[in-house]
Amino acid sequence: MSRWLLRLAGLSYLLVILAAPVGLVFWKTFEHGFGPAWDAVTTPAAKHALYVTVLIAAIAVPANTIFGIVCAIAIVRRRFPGKGLVNALVDLPLALSPVVVGLAFLLLYGRNGWFGWLGDHGVQVVFALPGMVLVTIFVSLPFVVREVVPVLREIGTEQEQAAATLGASPFQTFRRVTLPAIRWAVAYGVVLTTARALGEFGAVSVISGHVVGKTETMTLHVEERFQSFDYVGAYAASVVLAMLAIATLAAMTLLKPKEETR
Amino acid sequence: MAIVGRALTKRFGDFAALDDVSIEVPAGSLTALLGPSGSGKSTLLRVIAGLERPDRGTVELDGVDVTRRAAQKRGVGFVFQHYAAFKHMTVRDNVAFGLKVRRRPRAEIRARVDELLELVQIAGWADHYPAQLSGGQRQRMALARALAVEPKVLLLDEPFGALDARVRKDLRAWLRRLHDEMHVTTIFVTHDQEEAMEIADQIVLMNHGRIEQVGGPRELYEEPATEFVMSFVGPVNRLGESFVRPHDLELRAEANGETTPGRIERIVHLGFEVRVELRLEDGRECWAQVTRDEAEQLELAPGGTVFVRARRTKVFQTT
Repeated sequence: MSRWLLRLAGLSYLLVILAAPVGLVFWKTFEHGFGPAWDAVTTPAAKHALYVTVLIAAIAVPANTIFGIVCAIAIVRRRFPGKGLVNALVDLPLALSPVVVGLAFLLLYGRNGWFGWLGDHGVQVVFALPGMVLVTIFVSLPFVVREVVPVLREIGTEQEQAAATLGASPFQTFRRVTLPAIRWAVAYGVVLTTARALGEFGAVSVISGHVVGKTETMTLHVEERFQSFDYVGAYAASVVLAMLAIATLAAMTLLKPKEETR
Repeated sequence: MAIVGRALTKRFGDFAALDDVSIEVPAGSLTALLGPSGSGKSTLLRVIAGLERPDRGTVELDGVDVTRRAAQKRGVGFVFQHYAAFKHMTVRDNVAFGLKVRRRPRAEIRARVDELLELVQIAGWADHYPAQLSGGQRQRMALARALAVEPKVLLLDEPFGALDARVRKDLRAWLRRLHDEMHVTTIFVTHDQEEAMEIADQIVLMNHGRIEQVGGPRELYEEPATEFVMSFVGPVNRLGESFVRPHDLELRAEANGETTPGRIERIVHLGFEVRVELRLEDGRECWAQVTRDEAEQLELAPGGTVFVRARRTKVFQTT
């Protein structure tokens, strides 16, 4: 009896918190049929917003994946001065409000910031794509590191040492032994990074300047449509975002072989 | 290939794992590094393999100083206590690893791996993953993997330590036979004196990061250089300044000029062997090891009195 109550409580919680809002967005989107929703997401502004979002993720995710793996190996396998600091700094993006991140980059790369001189040389960072990529990298940085570190610790160094005694170079050892052992942690980190990069709003909002058709991402586009009382447009764009996230998750689930879903 | 270590020192913080250790292992021999945990035996093995860099001292393989050479380039086979199997590879791929990183032709790799799997008796498991193997099979796979690249030296770090007693006994005998066929210079680490005595030609007994004695199994047992060696390689009684093995205590029913009377405290029957725990006249305790027949002949019983004589004792100079 109590077991059923517990299940019911858990399910209702998930329903109210997760399923209902997402479901509502889907329902609202297609309330007047497929046509208006399709029209809303195929406007030039919406298409460009999608392009910007995907482009930013396509740069930020690989960058953070490579950095994340290297950083995790450094934290777990190497000894270097300032290691504690690096370990703590990696978590900073999780603790910092994205709006603060956006402001910080604005101050740093803005006209009067330390790197403001970049603008004088024709490299526009703030209110442009480079700034948006930078803040997205910043906010989505911890995920691969945090997923890979515990797995690296758990697998230990013996397999790597065995590979070395068998004549493998450090790179061969990494590619043939370490990487396969951490691949699922990396994959999961990539999914989280991607989700974060696609969904980022606050930091991008501050640094982008909201130039429609130029520096507008999908999340900014949702807000802009909403502010303009174009609810179908806002909901439809939200659905596109949700589909992207679901596709990422599905891709990982499909890639993962059955025997390893323990 | 002969292995020589000279004046090797390795510290981990304040702990001296190796304290000025010099060792010589003749080519083609089977040598045991024996000692209690923390004696530095594993560290010495890892230094020879290049998995650990000594603070001081040198390692020579076949007369060539390899102290600064990475493990990858030393040509040693290393077997770990916990197998260090590549979990995501099949048994075949595990064994083939060293050949693959050397970019040998595919047909050659296949032939060599088949031959090795046959040798270590796991040919039927080639396409399984290590997780599907028993401990003993996994360790044989690890051995085949190490042998695949034809190492000039084979180093085994407590290779049977994680296995149960029966498998361990089988593998010991098997390792000895394997060595006799291949003649690759082999060093294995163990804390089990029986294991060392059973397989090794030469035993290097270590304690507190130093070598206590080097010698054949019989030499260590019969002519121990220190009190530590004597007590580590077999049971021992301490009687004042002298040490005596339990089987060197003779028990008699009647006194003669050389015996000391002792009261029997307890008798433990271990099949063929009988342990007799005694309290001597002067209050000292010791135990004697006799055969079942002897025990019956002397009609030993708890509470009774026997007369004890040490056939052979050992006295060490205290420094």
